[in-house]
Amino acid sequence: MGTKQLVSTTINGEPRQFICEARQSLLEVLRDEVGLTGCKEGCNNGNCGACSVLLDGQPVNSCLVFGLEVDGKEITTIEGIAQGGEFHALQQCFLEGAALQCGICTPGFIVTAKALLDENPGASEEEIRFQLAGNLCRCTGYDKIIRAVMKAGEQMAETAAS
Amino acid sequence: MTQEIKQEYRVLGTRPIRHDGADKVTGKAIYTADVKPQSMASGFILRNPHAHARIKSIDTSAAEAMEGVLSVMTAADLPDVTDKVADLGEGTVNLSYLSHNILARDKALYRGHAVAAVAAINVHIAEEAANAIKVEYEPLESVTWVMDAMKDDAPLLHDDVFTKSGGEQSEQPSNVSVHLNFQQGDVQKGFEEADVVVEREFKMATVHQGYIEPHAVLADWNQDGRIKVWASTQGAFTCRQQTAEVLQVPLSHVTVVPCEIGGGFGGKIAIYLEPVAAVLSRKAGRPVQIVMRRNDVFEATGPTPGAFIRVKLGATKDGKLTAGEAWLAYESGAYPGGMLGPGCMCVFSCYDIPNALVDGYEVCLNKPHIKAYRAPGATQAAFACESVIDELANELGISILELQQKNAAKEGTRRVDGPVYPRVGFVECLEAAASSDHWNTPLEGENRGRGLASGFWFGCGLKSSVVASVNSDGTVNLTEGSTDIGGTRTSIAMQMAEVLGLESDDINPRVVDTDNIGYTDVTGGSRTTFATGMAAYEAGRDLQRQMTVRAADLWECKPEDIQITAGVFSANGNQANFKELATELFKAGEPLVGRATVAPECSTNGFGTHIVDVEVDTDTGKVTILRYTVIQDAGKAVHPSYVEGQLQGGAVQGIGWALNEEYFFDGCGEMRNASFLDYRMPTAYDLPMIDTIIVEAANPDHPYGVRGVGETPIVPPPAAIANAIHSAIGVRMEELPMSPPRLWKAIQQNQNGG
Repeated sequence: MGTKQLVSTTINGEPRQFICEARQSLLEVLRDEVGLTGCKEGCNNGNCGACSVLLDGQPVNSCLVFGLEVDGKEITTIEGIAQGGEFHALQQCFLEGAALQCGICTPGFIVTAKALLDENPGASEEEIRFQLAGNLCRCTGYDKIIRAVMKAGEQMAETAAS
Repeated sequence: MTQEIKQEYRVLGTRPIRHDGADKVTGKAIYTADVKPQSMASGFILRNPHAHARIKSIDTSAAEAMEGVLSVMTAADLPDVTDKVADLGEGTVNLSYLSHNILARDKALYRGHAVAAVAAINVHIAEEAANAIKVEYEPLESVTWVMDAMKDDAPLLHDDVFTKSGGEQSEQPSNVSVHLNFQQGDVQKGFEEADVVVEREFKMATVHQGYIEPHAVLADWNQDGRIKVWASTQGAFTCRQQTAEVLQVPLSHVTVVPCEIGGGFGGKIAIYLEPVAAVLSRKAGRPVQIVMRRNDVFEATGPTPGAFIRVKLGATKDGKLTAGEAWLAYESGAYPGGMLGPGCMCVFSCYDIPNALVDGYEVCLNKPHIKAYRAPGATQAAFACESVIDELANELGISILELQQKNAAKEGTRRVDGPVYPRVGFVECLEAAASSDHWNTPLEGENRGRGLASGFWFGCGLKSSVVASVNSDGTVNLTEGSTDIGGTRTSIAMQMAEVLGLESDDINPRVVDTDNIGYTDVTGGSRTTFATGMAAYEAGRDLQRQMTVRAADLWECKPEDIQITAGVFSANGNQANFKELATELFKAGEPLVGRATVAPECSTNGFGTHIVDVEVDTDTGKVTILRYTVIQDAGKAVHPSYVEGQLQGGAVQGIGWALNEEYFFDGCGEMRNASFLDYRMPTAYDLPMIDTIIVEAANPDHPYGVRGVGETPIVPPPAAIANAIHSAIGVRMEELPMSPPRLWKAIQQNQNGG
């Protein structure tokens, strides 16, 4: 059995420490050691995006990051997207736009789309499709997801302007 | 965009937010791999590396000796269930095939076939221990293409499988397990009457359902012999039955908790992991969780059949079909029992063909045992039939839409396998196509083309149970047993809200485990909104009947004097809506609980027509989808957003099937693309928006006219895209997928004069 090391990090705005083995991915650590099961394992080799989290604001496949690599870094998971008892605009738009069916890919899409819209709320359909190409959805055909992200971007731009 | 639907209902046809939505956008929804009791152990399965091999011995001693290992098992730990058969609602299953597929006994029949399993304190130790198990194999010759497997000298997978044909059985064992034959009219005479005859042959690769959530299970076998299973399953009761039968324990000793499910598409009906996790748990004395790796999902679950199909159609010069003939060979994978039947029934299901012959063969070969995939067997058949229909239209010099309109199946049309259609909406779909903006907008540009194709899926009824418990404020807790894969909690609740005069939000739907609701069949066959929705309607009616009897006492009238209009009860100068009356009755006496069970035997008969514009890059063979429209009869769209979602999602799975998805096997029978990187499913960047037109031709067999919608939309895309490619560059693709290398080769051949 591998030896374990202590890792200090910030998860969803709160300081968190966990111990993990060198071979454990961030995905495994978040789910098994920290108890945040909102990020999902779809492939465990970086091809589906279901495990997407933000690492210092940038979307990553948490299955491709080792737990030990996040020492001193900030992580945002799907559990940290809603603020103060309110849905994030993306979550509201996903619900209103029926942009989910089975829901397994939804956390990854919302996290990845948030990273895009935080930088560029006016992203075009083309830009959104490109940014989300690393997140696979097998149920929706993407149509309603893309529309929900575009609508959320509009709302975020309006909020930023007001 | 969806056409505006006439508002004849108050709740049906609206778009409320789904009841489980908040949990799913915040990460709170609990899928099977998210259930992690403190004492849980992790399981790992050792899999056979050969395409076909005899298992000579298995030595688990090294694994058992490893620190952290809690239990080890092989097929020897499962009971012998030879020659037992279980009825799983959607069909019967030979239990020995099911059990031997879960853990191989004497022979491993495909690469990835499970041979042993380990539970340990974590998954890494379990994996190391599994890899320490020594298995001695004798590799055997393998076969992975259906036409090869049918040859007399092909490697034989089973020495106890014989060809069943119309009640007879072959004398020699064979890879061909089933021969089907349907016919009507006089086919020879029909072709003699034809002015134009077209015959083509088609090949289709094996494809996978591609759900994003891998198969997962948690099982806890208690010391009292009772087993609790948390499963990613399309049907908790079907999962319970298979688990109990494979383990040979009573149904009452098994509880299956249906967790949220990350996609299924037909691939999460049969069980793979449940008995293994259960036995590992019994031996370890702890709950055991197993989550399949993605490459194992590809190599050992699903897929849907690769096939060879020949279709011949004849028509008069004014475009009336006179005869059809189809010859189909479908692979069933490692064991008998596949999707040939529906393929044969669907091949000509869209048309009124007076003379038809369908001849089908189902064939074992060294691939995973075939499973259902959304309208199982129909997409392959439609690719063949609709491509020939397109060629026929070209020969006749009319549009494919006109040819389809001249021959469309309608009420009274007899399908080649026997049934006569009741009221169906195919003609309406074609009318909607003809008047659509897409069909009427000219397509311009080099190497661009438009294709159209139609498809059919039966849609089944099966059994469902619903309980409605009325709260003291008149809201209702709805308990059901249908796994919710795409918003069915809400489409079911809306039907109860409609009958009771409530809002969707007044109903609190819950999918519960097998201990807490009556038997309910799988979420599959496009049945859940139709059949469990019908049960919800009937449970609402049951409440109204009870309330009418009790209101009659309060209002001093006879029950039959009470009228119910739009959910409002009235009689004798009294009037109360559901909530008012329920509140009053709760104060006055016993609580109100409604219930209903249904088992509709009908098919819901869903037809759809797809239009697609493509652009072909003739230098690379890459096809770009420029525009896509799905037209489908929903009977009544309960929640139009989720109906559109089914239409869009099915179409995109069909686009993936058409253009990219396939199992690549090397000469040794090894799948060489068992990852989401190499098994190329469509991404957001590959697609345009998918437009939808919902047609509503009410289903006479449902109180609100609902038809199942989930499966039909995967059927037309490969043919529609093939027809569009032909229209764009004059090349007829007769093989799926129409991937860049394959299309490029066809373009070269076409340029060189074939």
